[in-house]
Amino acid sequence: MAKYLLLKHYRGAPNAVNDVPMDQWTPEEVDAHIQYMNDFADRLEGTGEFVDGQALSPNGMWVRSDGAGKPPVTDGPFAETKDLIAGWMVIDVDSQERAIELAGELSHAPGAGGAPIHEWLEVRPFLESAPTVTE
Amino acid sequence: MHAETEVDAELLRSLTPQVLHVLVRRGADFATAEDAVQDALVNAVSVWPDDPPRDPKGWLITASWHAFIDRARSDTSRRNRERRVDAEPTAGSAPTVDDTLRLYFLCAHPTLTPTSAVALTLRALGGLTTAQIAQAYLVPESTMAQRISRAKRTLAGAAFDQPGDLTTVMHVLYLIFNEGYSGDVDLAAEAIRLARQLHAVVDDAEVDGLLALMLLHHARRDARLRPDGTLVTLAEQDRSQWDVALITEGVSTLQTALARDRLGPYQAQAAIAALHADAPRVEDTDWVQIVSWYDELLRLTDTPVVRLNRAVAVGEADGAPAGLAALAAVDEAVPRHSAVAAYLHERNGDLRTAAHLYADAARHAPNLQERDHQTRQAARVNQLLRDGELSER
Repeated sequence: MAKYLLLKHYRGAPNAVNDVPMDQWTPEEVDAHIQYMNDFADRLEGTGEFVDGQALSPNGMWVRSDGAGKPPVTDGPFAETKDLIAGWMVIDVDSQERAIELAGELSHAPGAGGAPIHEWLEVRPFLESAPTVTE
Repeated sequence: MHAETEVDAELLRSLTPQVLHVLVRRGADFATAEDAVQDALVNAVSVWPDDPPRDPKGWLITASWHAFIDRARSDTSRRNRERRVDAEPTAGSAPTVDDTLRLYFLCAHPTLTPTSAVALTLRALGGLTTAQIAQAYLVPESTMAQRISRAKRTLAGAAFDQPGDLTTVMHVLYLIFNEGYSGDVDLAAEAIRLARQLHAVVDDAEVDGLLALMLLHHARRDARLRPDGTLVTLAEQDRSQWDVALITEGVSTLQTALARDRLGPYQAQAAIAALHADAPRVEDTDWVQIVSWYDELLRLTDTPVVRLNRAVAVGEADGAPAGLAALAAVDEAVPRHSAVAAYLHERNGDLRTAAHLYADAARHAPNLQERDHQTRQAARVNQLLRDGELSER
């Protein structure tokens, strides 16, 4: 089994095919989208491939140390950031092919006009523990 | 069979504070005694379903005492205490009302952080296992175990017989109640159980007010969410789904509290909840009286959140322009500010501003349900705008 992170972006990903802001959809289209996402997560739990999933607020900041005895420096909220993550899902699957297949399904979620969004999702394999057998 | 197991678990948990206190009475230190009771609880959860004890409390006391002795023995640095506990234990007398109250004070001690106090209260007074608490707050069990043992180290110097701070106890119970997570452990129901237990041992109008507030909000719970988990606003809720028994109990608890004439913020919030509960239909809501309770609440605790909620009530009582005027005095940084502004602008007939603000409210939503709800609101108003443009053509 191998773990993969599926990343959804507020911005920074290439433009989706059906790229309409959500507040311009109809309420029914919003409901259908949310339902699709919930069903997707439920289905992965059912197949034993779901690990974790969280949504992130777009409001955040950059923080770095400013030296001993000084409060950390903050910068934000993310005005300069080109890449903004909206949420993630961690899956534990048999193969990279399966990870790609699942990301494809997630990207197929319905959007404006009931048509699939075809949004770009980032798929990142985990660096996992070293195997026992190495030769 | 399942129902029987449930009853046992309930009983088990209600006995927790009593058993803990018996151990402390016998000379055990709080931190080790609490761990020992936890050992016994975990043991009981696995043993009781197949072999229910005839005397559950006696079983728990014996098991906890053995666990305590094991813990004390295995800890060589505590040799002195070991000598003391090795002697035949004196019979533990039944804990008094004050004993339970002291446990509440200790678990919500002002030196503890709120997250620590919450965890310790749920374990020592609620009888939940570390695993259950961890699951309820979506953190790893080892993290929750560390949080609890750190809390107990903080308390090591705290005297057990000192009078405590009822305000922090109530705040901890309120935090437990207001937690949105839902897992196998029902935190809201747990908070109500703990508030009832507190209500039984302390004579305080605000404790009554807190219990009433919890009961009145809990009564609406089934109506608050659709089966798919989406949020239903108070105005849109199916009021026939409200739990009449909980409302009745909440209202009578509140009336007893108010009769004492020692008003506090929990009673004022419960009074507002009671006025909503009192309206069979949303249009029957007595908004004028709700505004006057918000004025009381503001006098007791002037926070931006209270001001924001008051603006909503003013908008209902005196019309959207009055609501917007009240909103103008509220700090814009307060959570849900744009959600309230959007609602008032929509009521005021300014759909364009409302749509913009609903979208903003979705971006700034503090939780998923709220975000989805505000996104849907923005979509709804934008659709109204599009339909309006079509009909103008």
